[in-house]
Amino acid sequence: MMKNNKESKFLRWLNGEDLLIDTKNEEPPVYDPEAANPYQYETEAHTLRKVDKAERRVFSRVYLALSVLLVLFLSAVLLLTVSNLPRYGSAEAPVNNEVSERYIEEGLEETGATNLVAGMILDYRAFDTLGESHVLFTGICAVMILLLTARKDSKKQLRHQDEEALYDVTCDPIVRIMAFFLMPCLLLFGIYVLLNGHLSPGGGFSGGAILGAAFILYSMAFGFEKTERFLNEKTIKVISCCSLGFYVVAKSYSFFTGANHLPSIISPGTPGAILSAGIIMPLNVAVGMVVACTMYSIFSFFKRGTV
Amino acid sequence: MLGENLMINYEEAVGMILFSIGFCMLLFHRNLIKKIMGLNIMDTGVFLFLTSMGYIEDRVAPIVTDPSVAATTEQYINPIPSGLVLTGIVVSVSFTGLMLGLTIRLYQRYRTLNLDEIYYKAREEHK
Amino acid sequence: MNLVFNFPAFTVLISLLCSGIGFAINDKRKARVLSTCLFCACFVMNLCTLIYCVKNGPFTYMMGHYPAPWGNEIRAGVGEALIACFFNVIIALCVNGGYSELLNDVDERKIKLYFVMVNLINASLMALVYTNDIFTGYVFIEICTIASAGILMIHEIGRTMLAATRYMIFSLLGSGLFLIGVILLYDITGHLLMPNILEAVGTLWASGEYHLPLLVVICLISMGIAIKSGMFPFHFWMPDTYGVATPSSSGILSGIISKGYIFLLIKIIFRCFGTDVFYASGINDVLFVCGVCGMIFGSIDAIKENNINRMTAFSSAAQIGYIYMGIGLSPTLGVTAAVFHILTHAVTKPLLFLANGKLALASGREKKFLGLRGAGLRNRVAGVAFTFGALSMVGIPGFMGFISKLLFAQAAVGGSLHMAVTIIALAVSTILNTMYFLRTVITLFTAEGWDNPGNVRVFIRQQPGFAVAAICFMAINVVIGMHSQPIITLIERGLAAL
Repeated sequence: MMKNNKESKFLRWLNGEDLLIDTKNEEPPVYDPEAANPYQYETEAHTLRKVDKAERRVFSRVYLALSVLLVLFLSAVLLLTVSNLPRYGSAEAPVNNEVSERYIEEGLEETGATNLVAGMILDYRAFDTLGESHVLFTGICAVMILLLTARKDSKKQLRHQDEEALYDVTCDPIVRIMAFFLMPCLLLFGIYVLLNGHLSPGGGFSGGAILGAAFILYSMAFGFEKTERFLNEKTIKVISCCSLGFYVVAKSYSFFTGANHLPSIISPGTPGAILSAGIIMPLNVAVGMVVACTMYSIFSFFKRGTV
Repeated sequence: MLGENLMINYEEAVGMILFSIGFCMLLFHRNLIKKIMGLNIMDTGVFLFLTSMGYIEDRVAPIVTDPSVAATTEQYINPIPSGLVLTGIVVSVSFTGLMLGLTIRLYQRYRTLNLDEIYYKAREEHK
Repeated sequence: MNLVFNFPAFTVLISLLCSGIGFAINDKRKARVLSTCLFCACFVMNLCTLIYCVKNGPFTYMMGHYPAPWGNEIRAGVGEALIACFFNVIIALCVNGGYSELLNDVDERKIKLYFVMVNLINASLMALVYTNDIFTGYVFIEICTIASAGILMIHEIGRTMLAATRYMIFSLLGSGLFLIGVILLYDITGHLLMPNILEAVGTLWASGEYHLPLLVVICLISMGIAIKSGMFPFHFWMPDTYGVATPSSSGILSGIISKGYIFLLIKIIFRCFGTDVFYASGINDVLFVCGVCGMIFGSIDAIKENNINRMTAFSSAAQIGYIYMGIGLSPTLGVTAAVFHILTHAVTKPLLFLANGKLALASGREKKFLGLRGAGLRNRVAGVAFTFGALSMVGIPGFMGFISKLLFAQAAVGGSLHMAVTIIALAVSTILNTMYFLRTVITLFTAEGWDNPGNVRVFIRQQPGFAVAAICFMAINVVIGMHSQPIITLIERGLAAL
């Protein structure tokens, strides 16, 4: 009888009607479909009651124990490693070798940037930075894939916004007045950081982040409609594509001439002057544009599902 | 096994502890927002580790104040870790944005942030 | 200087440029043509590089004006160019073979974003394959991760969002471990460029200085990449991810993205740690054990499944196990077998996923075996394609899968304990593979017993893209399966020069 059962089970499995090996807990506990109403905010406890409580408690305890054990183990291993690493602040550490020496001693002459870090990331190790700005670009594309809603839904979206008007700061006079005074300063500071990236702390990423924050503040204080007058989907697309395209083309030229030992038209110029350091400043501006657009559009996607 | 530099390298040690805390938060926490916090803590630990690795006593950030004088290695700290931190920050921002976007989508659909419940509801949905 | 020297760098740069252009254009057809042209151009360039490298040996290419330890560098050799060629072909076939499902699964406005993502994946894969700088590797791993999450979640149903979350969490864990490993490695060696690291690691290992940090670094980097590519204990995200994505995405994700990571690991083992250090560290044994476990448990999980896509995904977990087993086995023969298996799997798995999509379409989008009965008769091309893929995965002589199993067995001969374990694992895994693939094929070709209202006949003229892709995949599989020696020689030369 038993064998017969097994045989027929095997045949059923062969036909795709049955599972060969029964997996435990395949059947979840009974679930009330009404509770799945998506417009009803559920408390966690409400759903929890329906799931097998005991199982969950054991599960979460196992999780807690596991996580504590793992965190202790990982910390222990890493701390042991740290205890064997070179001393903090020592000039004899292996990282302070001929590589950083050249970046410091000849960076000024070779790249023309007084900000040696900018010279390093945008000239010596420019390929990494090229990848880095494309990480941001990939990130915004991914967010767009996730949150881009069709235009025809915008009415629904607006209604959705009404519900959240309580948390909206657009009507708040304090935010408005502060934004009114802060906006010019933020924009000016952002542009300053962008343009002086090769001379002082800052550069494309930080300047772009400041500009992006300025746009976000503006749209929070005065609403998206006003922001759209100068920063809409089309301008964002044009700005990001042109900046990225310029970045790739400029760097490709530099890679090509460098690797093939061809003469390059890019010269470091006088270190310290605003128009110096070859293409580092234009690259900073391009990166800054991409970062500003990315920051603003991520915020805009989060807030309303479109740019 | 235990080297002599644990107390001297306390900044690195703190960075590593932050890293492992973030790692475990990312792995074990059931709340999506807390997972993202864990991700950021993990990255912060890495950045702290990197910056303290680049520091050298009595030296300043590698920005030349007087271009007419030649820069020497005795003046400035190592610029490479700073550049790596920058890359790390950018990557972390992109990941955080993507994860938050995913969280928004999952919340819109399942109205909860708890991953277990989301799994549960998704399984119900595709019965 | 020879123009060919520029080609590896060009493949990365034009892929990045094309992703920007793809973002700017609005027409989905143009985006598709652009991507296909890009892949063809990259393929031609990689082929030229391959031919050049076969004749003249490997070369390095400065990215910029500064020589080795100061600037970034790219390195091309026989192995890299060969893998890059395969990746280009497979990504092009995947995108075009699954295009009609793509139109079905993806929102109209987002199709061009899909192609942007695919271009970025191509760029990052080329960079991963060719890079000579470990930190560049990290940056492009991240591009690859975000872009693959993008092509996964573009099929907007609840389960893909969930799968993408899971995928992202595991990828982030892997990236975190990899990043901390790279930074520790930089801290103890002072370099980011692979040849300099190799030199420094050799000295450190010989002198015994920083011994523990070095071991931890090797462990962290291997584990980071293992998590990202789905090695055995970390393979639980795979069925969700591959099972719910649109067929071309599943093909790209399982076929080449995980392989790109693994190839980077092989490159790091050979060019950063050095095979002597890596195979003396004991981490290789961990990889070996995990690989063997993956082979067995992945197959058992696949047998348990009743959903064809999830079954194929678990089969991927088993195949990744083969690759790690090869890497753990030995630096010469084992890794050769692993690289050959990378190619085998990269050619076969996309074919299976594309066929799964078509079979499900012929059965009213049903992916459970119950609904798939007779699907191979309703869509003959897809049925034949699935059978081909299944035969190759099982390891029937004449297909690539057979050759890779042969290579694994060859590699095992020598180490006494390793040999027994490997041979037994190969045998058991082959039997298990046969069980679930044969059962699927039988189900697919059983005459209709179930009158599902969604059942439709699909003819070859209704699916030209898929037919071309399937025929290409099958042709590559059989041709290399019959004449494997040239490819094996190329791989051996590439590894010897790494």
